[in-house]
Amino acid sequence: MNDMRTMDNAVNHDTKITARDVHVHYGTTHAIKGVDVDIADRTVTAFIGPSGCGKSTFLRCLNRMNDTIPGALVTGEIKIDEADIYDPRVDPVQLRAKVGMVFQKPNPFPKSIYDNVAYGPKIHGMARNKADLDEIVEKALRRGAIWDEVKDRLHAPGTGLSGGQQQRLCIARAVATEPEILLMDEPCSALDPIATAQVEELIDELKQNFSVVIVTHSMQQAARVSQRTAFFHLGHLVEFGETGKIFTNPEDSRTESYISGRIG
Amino acid sequence: MTDITDSAAQPERRETGRSILEADARTKKRNRAETRFKAYGIAALGVGGLFLIALLWAILSNGLTAFTQTYVQLDVPLIEEKLDKDGDRDPAKIAKVSTFGYNPLIEQALVELVEREGLETELEPKALTKMLSGAAAADIRDRVLANPELIGQTVSFEVLASSRVDGYLKGRVSRESLARDKNLDAEHLDLIDALQQTGAVEKRFNWAFITGADASDSRPEQAGIGVAMLGSLFMMLVVLVLSLPIGVAASIYLEEFAPQNRLTDLIEVNISNLAAVPSIVFGILGLAVFIQFMHLPQSAPLVGGLVLTLMTLPTIIISTRAALKAVPPSIRDAALGVGASKMQSVMHHVLPLAMPGILTGTILGLAQALGETAPLLLIGMVGYIATNYPDGVAEGFLAPNSAMPAQIYEWAKRADPAFYERAWGGIIVLLVFLLAMNLLAILLRRRFERRW
Repeated sequence: MNDMRTMDNAVNHDTKITARDVHVHYGTTHAIKGVDVDIADRTVTAFIGPSGCGKSTFLRCLNRMNDTIPGALVTGEIKIDEADIYDPRVDPVQLRAKVGMVFQKPNPFPKSIYDNVAYGPKIHGMARNKADLDEIVEKALRRGAIWDEVKDRLHAPGTGLSGGQQQRLCIARAVATEPEILLMDEPCSALDPIATAQVEELIDELKQNFSVVIVTHSMQQAARVSQRTAFFHLGHLVEFGETGKIFTNPEDSRTESYISGRIG
Repeated sequence: MTDITDSAAQPERRETGRSILEADARTKKRNRAETRFKAYGIAALGVGGLFLIALLWAILSNGLTAFTQTYVQLDVPLIEEKLDKDGDRDPAKIAKVSTFGYNPLIEQALVELVEREGLETELEPKALTKMLSGAAAADIRDRVLANPELIGQTVSFEVLASSRVDGYLKGRVSRESLARDKNLDAEHLDLIDALQQTGAVEKRFNWAFITGADASDSRPEQAGIGVAMLGSLFMMLVVLVLSLPIGVAASIYLEEFAPQNRLTDLIEVNISNLAAVPSIVFGILGLAVFIQFMHLPQSAPLVGGLVLTLMTLPTIIISTRAALKAVPPSIRDAALGVGASKMQSVMHHVLPLAMPGILTGTILGLAQALGETAPLLLIGMVGYIATNYPDGVAEGFLAPNSAMPAQIYEWAKRADPAFYERAWGGIIVLLVFLLAMNLLAILLRRRFERRW
């Protein structure tokens, strides 16, 4: 079945993100040890690995969210479309508009559904008037596959939705700013199986427009949604390749041990 | 092996395996301990409640009398020859007649009052005036100066009774206690009893206490807390305008932007320490810096406000930082994640969510400042202000003034027992303000929490 899926989703080979020799230090902890990876455009790339292996840390390097953590130091080179995002000229705020992020726990603002989605476009000046903004919000909510559920209560608080709806709202909020890359940090770990299935379906649709990078604890999820998979272990990128190949015929013995359940 | 487990389990079950329908000794002991603990808690609450009731009862029973005052209805003949000899109603000439010029008129009015009501007394006309406040003549003179047309008529005035008469009507003064008092005699009380029957002497609600100014030691019946209230109001305005923006800005910087290093650690520790510094230390600091060094006027609400700002700032900073800390980090992540700057994330998301906590902290800080007395004593905010407003108010922040707690302290110090009820009454007014502020804090918090 994995083979079928890989054939369905022919991998796009345009490289969106290039990382070379990336190291991350938190104070005295060496969290990421020399990671090289190429992430393709319009593809879902999954990061898997046991807890504490550095997959979330690496994900947060891609939109410089690590800058907000005191004592975090990132070295090496990460390029998005050939531009080094750690160049001193890069404003992380501008970068984050280009690289959207969805977090582990659904974290809608305690505002209305409409305001949640409209906030990003508003601060980036993407709408000239109210009609524009309405259009952007509707488009984002449709992309977040939640429009039909909330179109009659756009001004109800976003925190009043169910967990799965909240997470799709957060995805809608992330895509509202028209990012090119969407980072998802274990987006389904706080959701029940039905909500998870909805979000996974959504991720599959999103790859038509975005380069999606997803961190997940669930190997089944990685197998279901991604075209490429990276296996992290103790801060190293152990193996990276086509999802089908990683799960059926891994090259590294550690990868095999992990996916067969012997470590992690 | 099965044999061994069976034989081991059987006797064991007989020894400890009691029915769960009856509690064993351990459980009973634990339950008793829990019951005892709950009883201690209830007892503590009960003691607290009793003290609160005792306090409220003491305050109300001692202080409520300050809100009523005894007045005498008097028809005073404003005789032209005595007040305005030339008859040309020249205000300058009328003003030359001092309060002593009015005393004979008041005497005459009292005698006429006694005659009209058909009462008999052995008191001399001069002694009759002891029933009235020393403020009566001044009050009538002020009215005449304000409206010279009254001269020549017999005008009905309502004048303050003396504090002894007032005390008699309130049960503070008795015939026995007057035996050692040369201010009033038992005959006066007989007369007062009779006049009260006819309605000429009456106890009414005392607006003058709420709106008026302090009065001299010999006229407790005239003293009011209104001017001190204004002094407190001016101070609170200064405190609010200074401490809220400074405190909130400092907290936001420390909590959201400041790097974690020795310097910020030092600042944090010192802010916590400042919150515990006795208020009198801030008072002497204010005396040294604002008055002796910066030469700001003494007794001015501006200086009082500055000192109280220093005192309130640590409280506001601590509560604001706690409110900011309570905002979940996921909200900041969410804002940064959609490309908001640090500043936007704080202003658009963190601050509105922390607002209820900030407002509550600020209002409680203000309430604390409102009741603070010690620093005010050091900067001289116990000014004796006898001017009734609006006269003394125009200068506002720089004019000498008093504050409510300082005024209460002043009254409590004075010898005349009539000031005692004023002190308690002042405390009621102060408590009403504090309760109102706490209520405002609750209302604001509710309002902000509902707003999404």
